[in-house]
Amino acid sequence: MNLDTLFPLGFAHYLAGGLIIGAGISLLFLTTGLIGGTSTVFSSTWSFVSRHAFFQQARLRDSRAWRLVYAAGLILGAAAWWLMAGQDSGYRVSIPWGQLALGGFIAGFGARMSSGCTAGHGICGIGSLQLPSLLAVVTFLATAMITARLVLMVGGS
Amino acid sequence: MKPMSWLMVLASGALFGFGLALSTMIRPEVVLGFLRFDDFGLLLVLGGAVAVTLLAYRFGPKLLARPLFGTAFGKHPSELNARTIGGAAIFGVGWGISGVCPGPALAGLGAGQWELLISVAGLLAGAWVQGRISAR
Repeated sequence: MNLDTLFPLGFAHYLAGGLIIGAGISLLFLTTGLIGGTSTVFSSTWSFVSRHAFFQQARLRDSRAWRLVYAAGLILGAAAWWLMAGQDSGYRVSIPWGQLALGGFIAGFGARMSSGCTAGHGICGIGSLQLPSLLAVVTFLATAMITARLVLMVGGS
Repeated sequence: MKPMSWLMVLASGALFGFGLALSTMIRPEVVLGFLRFDDFGLLLVLGGAVAVTLLAYRFGPKLLARPLFGTAFGKHPSELNARTIGGAAIFGVGWGISGVCPGPALAGLGAGQWELLISVAGLLAGAWVQGRISAR
C-alpha cells in the first residue's frame, strides 16, 4: 500500500475540500448557532406547499427559509468553483438516470427517517461527538459499500 | 433572524458547496469509486471536515457567549434508536445505488451537472413519502 494505491487521483484536493466544507459548517455555527445538515431541506421545503401535519410541524416550518438559503449557497459555491476551475473539463455525470432516481428516492426516505445524512450525521454529528451519529455513519457506509458492489453485479454503473 | 445571519447562512452554504466541488464529491463516479475501494479520498474529505467542525463545535461556545449574529448555539439532535439506525441503513442503500447524497445533489447543480436534478427530484419524493407515513 502506498499513497498512489489509496489515492490514484491525488489527495490534496480531497483534504483541501474537506477543510473548506468544515469551515463552512463552522462559520454557520459560530455566526448563527445553526447546525448545517443538508437533508432536512428536502422535508422542510414541502411545508410551503403541503398542509399535512408532518410538514407543518414547527421544526420544519421554522427552519425552512434558512435551509433554502443554505441550499442556494451550496449551489452558488459550487458554481464559483466551476467558473474558476473546472468549467472546461467536459465532465458529465455518467450514472444512468434510473440509478439517480431510485438512489435519490431511497436516500431521501432513509436520510429523513434517520434525521441525518453524510453531512448531518457524518460531519455535524461526529463533530459534536454523538455516538448515535457515529453508529449511523458506520451503518450507512456498510450498506452503501455492499449496495455499490451489488449494483455492479446486476449490470449497473 | 438578523439580516447578517442570512448573509452568513448563504456564505456558509457557499463554502460548503465550494468544498464539495473542489473535492469532487459532486461527481457520483468518485463517490462510488470510494464505496468500491478504488479510491479512499472520501475519508480525507470527511476527516478534514469533521476535524474543523469538531474544533468549532467544541471551542465556539467556550469562547463566545452567543453566536456572533444569533441568540443561542444549537445542538445536532441524534438519538440512538431503530429510526436513526434503520434510516441510516436505508440511506446507505440509496447512496450506494446512485453515489449521490443530499449536499452534492444540490452543489452539483451549481457546477452544471444538470443530471442531478433527477437526484434532487428523487430526494424530494423520498422525503415526501417518509413524511406522509411518519408519526412525527
